[in-house]
Amino acid sequence: MNALHAPHIDYAGLSPLIALTGGICVVLLFGLARGPGTKMLVTSAALLTLTAAATLSAWQLGENKSLVEGALRADDLALSLDFVFYAAAAVALVLSLRYPGVSGASIGDYAALLLTSVTGMVVLAGANNLITLFVGLELLSIPLYVMCAVDLHRRTSLEAGLKYLVIGSVGSATLLYGLAFVYGATGSTDFGQIASSMGRNGIGGDPLLLTGIALAATGLAFKASVAPFHQWTPDVYEGAPTPVTAFMAVATKAAAFAIILRFFDVAVRPAKDDWDVALAALAVASIVIGNVGAIGQDSLKRLLAYSSVAQAGYMLAGVVVGTALGLKSVVFYLFAYLLMNVAAFAVVVARERETGLGDDIEAVAGIGVSRPVLAWPLTIGMLALAGFPGTVGFVGKFFLIEGAVQGDFAWLGVVIVIGSMVSLAYYLRVVAAVWMEPGAEAVRAVPVLAGGSADAGTFAGRVSRIPIEVTAVAVIAAAGAIAFGIVPSPLLDLAADAARAIF
Amino acid sequence: MLSILIFLPLLGGIISAAWPRGGDDGGWRAGYVSLLFATVTLGISIGLIADFDSKAGLQHVTDFSWISQLGIHYKIGVDGLNLFLIALTALLWTGATAWSLFRQWPRPRNYYLMLALGETAALGAFCAQDLALFVLFFDLMLVPFYFLIGIWGGERRVQATTKFVIYTLVGSFLMLAGAVATGVLAAGNGQHVTFELSELAGRHLSTGTQDWIFLFFAAAFLVKMPAFPLHGWLPDAYRAAPTPVLTVLSGVLSKVGAYGFLRIALPLYPDAAVHFQDLLLVIALVSILYGSVMAFSQDSATMVVAYSSIAQLGFITLGIFSLRAEGAQGAVLQMVNHGLVVAPLFFIIALLSARAGGTDDLRRMGGLAARAPVLAALFLIVSLATLAIPGSANFMGEFLILTGVLKAKIVYALVAGTGVALAAVYMIRLYQRSMHNPLAAGAESRELTTADGLVIVPVVAVILALALYPQFVLHRSEKAVGTVVQQPQGAYIR
Repeated sequence: MNALHAPHIDYAGLSPLIALTGGICVVLLFGLARGPGTKMLVTSAALLTLTAAATLSAWQLGENKSLVEGALRADDLALSLDFVFYAAAAVALVLSLRYPGVSGASIGDYAALLLTSVTGMVVLAGANNLITLFVGLELLSIPLYVMCAVDLHRRTSLEAGLKYLVIGSVGSATLLYGLAFVYGATGSTDFGQIASSMGRNGIGGDPLLLTGIALAATGLAFKASVAPFHQWTPDVYEGAPTPVTAFMAVATKAAAFAIILRFFDVAVRPAKDDWDVALAALAVASIVIGNVGAIGQDSLKRLLAYSSVAQAGYMLAGVVVGTALGLKSVVFYLFAYLLMNVAAFAVVVARERETGLGDDIEAVAGIGVSRPVLAWPLTIGMLALAGFPGTVGFVGKFFLIEGAVQGDFAWLGVVIVIGSMVSLAYYLRVVAAVWMEPGAEAVRAVPVLAGGSADAGTFAGRVSRIPIEVTAVAVIAAAGAIAFGIVPSPLLDLAADAARAIF
Repeated sequence: MLSILIFLPLLGGIISAAWPRGGDDGGWRAGYVSLLFATVTLGISIGLIADFDSKAGLQHVTDFSWISQLGIHYKIGVDGLNLFLIALTALLWTGATAWSLFRQWPRPRNYYLMLALGETAALGAFCAQDLALFVLFFDLMLVPFYFLIGIWGGERRVQATTKFVIYTLVGSFLMLAGAVATGVLAAGNGQHVTFELSELAGRHLSTGTQDWIFLFFAAAFLVKMPAFPLHGWLPDAYRAAPTPVLTVLSGVLSKVGAYGFLRIALPLYPDAAVHFQDLLLVIALVSILYGSVMAFSQDSATMVVAYSSIAQLGFITLGIFSLRAEGAQGAVLQMVNHGLVVAPLFFIIALLSARAGGTDDLRRMGGLAARAPVLAALFLIVSLATLAIPGSANFMGEFLILTGVLKAKIVYALVAGTGVALAAVYMIRLYQRSMHNPLAAGAESRELTTADGLVIVPVVAVILALALYPQFVLHRSEKAVGTVVQQPQGAYIR
């Protein structure tokens, strides 16, 4: 007879997390090495870690089980969104490979922080318990605070890091306060038990609980940059090194929506009648503020920041309805969002290096003639974000509207399309700059024989060639945005599986 | 078969875009490839007409589930409504491509790609038999035209193209919401969400739902046509667009809007169509009068034709919303007619302004007919067809439209009749000012070149053929039109 009753640990279910944490240690150690090859070595090790984690997640797909006494769920919702995190992290690594801004930090630390953040996201996406939720959220946020400030030579980068730290902490505190209220009202930290306790005791309208939900929603809205809790977004997006911005824009948003979906569609679902209108109001505010704010931005990163606020509003519409269709549409949109944003950010990275104009819209003026290989991905990214047909953004919006209409929120569907109309004003402005304006004369022509030194780029303002891997990322993401716009079925199937994990 | 028709131009466009840059031929070879593909497309569309069975319903149907999770089918087919519009699209695009070929363009490869993408999208919109597919192609049309006007346009092109896209996309996005709502709300309990038009027509939406969705669709279609209060993008876009783009913009794209009423709005929202009949008739009427008066007062020849198309499209709307078989028949005929006359008109105006020192200002034209009898004759034929002189197919079209409206609402028909007279006024003014009178200073009367003739003459030949035998169209569209107006008429009697 066994004397020791150790809790059962499902190592298979935890394997992606184990791979990630193992990878963090390896990457950190590799980073200590000195020599010209360190950067390549560390990046490959980190990419390998992500590949391993992705493989293990793919292996676990369809298992749908609870881990660690129900604290984590390894279901298809969590696992399918994990791929978004892995992909975004891989993109960030590849983009920073020769990015001048991040070479100030030790590459080992940088890559390890990135992987830690991904670990936090994986935990957060699977969180099925208020404690895990908070642990995951902090694990994801704290490395990001540092990563924003990694470009030590640029004041704005430090400012971004500090701003994100302060506002992120306020968000976390608000969330924690809200979670405490929810626990106080229901007497449980487990999502399933919270829901059943609400159903059993009929405390749907309990003010304690509602306050808790409201505070938790506020905290999560900070993370997902949902208006009116979005003020940090443009500043931080602009100040952070662009690869980090790309990672934050895509992965943080996806992680935040993963937990928003699980929190609202599982834990506090019985109180849906109380929160759906509030969330709908947040969605409308985001769509309006994001789209209006983006008009007139000259910085591409600020523009994309406001656009991300608006996109968060669209996705929130899928949460509001609280149906399987709504959840599916959000998951699908997150995949679409990954492709569209990566295409855009990769081009920004490339032009930052090439022109010395930073992320100003001038930097992409006239690249339709001079750099068609960058112009097309940016154009496709912008058109997809605007929801033009033939791109993945169109299918995504179609899906969201279908979800909204079916969930008796047809008016929210109309708000989405009105937001999309407004968004044309700034997305098309970028497209017009790309194709219809002469190139900036300030651009110094780059000699073709500039030499192949891998470490050519140093600091902002220095003009150098576009690394091939940046172009490759942009082209692949844009090709994906078109391909999944024409044949969206694989992603839709994945989204449908994700929805089945909850409904 | 039909899919080949739709995607063949795009294939040609992609080949031209990828055509090697060898030599300084100004993209001539790349354009040649595009022209070849456009011509084959035209051939297929003529084959469709020859093969058409006017007694059967939807033909050459391709139908498979495209995005099953969303209930979207890839369903395309031909019937009496779109048969001739497809041929018109193929014809005008072949003409536009050929016209482009004889001229120099900067960045020719991208140009032909965009032109071809436009043809594919327009053909797709005409062929689509699934609401979501229609919306997709309808919106897709904007992308190439945004670039075509914005990159290759005249002065103030970026402003013009932005205005154009925002105007039209406002309608399109509303339509997207309406389309999704139609699919979802029409699915009763237990039914699958579908966007297939034939399926949707069988389901019933509540009257209130029909009303708002109908208004969304009407907004999209009226912007595209454009009709009176929603035509703000038209002057700028028409002024900035390069001639070949202008011909297809005015000749084909405006028809997609009118076609949308027949294909989508009337069969799916019959109650709303009856409910808003008066509103649409008033819009049509105002468009006719406003377009005619504006056309009469313009100095720019391009703008005369631009405003005249507002008036012409007003007639088409009038015919459709008579909700009578005659009116709708006339509308279908008139859509083809207008496409056929407006394209050569814009080509001829481009030729005239080349002869008048690069301006299309009527005050600086005049006497251009003196040494150009062929050009003058072609222009005269087209002008007379535009003002619907008895004997032309346009006369037949307008006659049918007015008959339909007379039967439905007599008041509107009486007012619309003045529009016919106004058309004569502005067209004759256009012709006289440019072709007659003494030769203007700085202008030169020159015959048209063989190359330009090759573009214009076939289109004029089709105008003449239809004038002799308009039944060719009417006979084939009769059955489909009957089906379309049947539903609203049923609602009418209720």
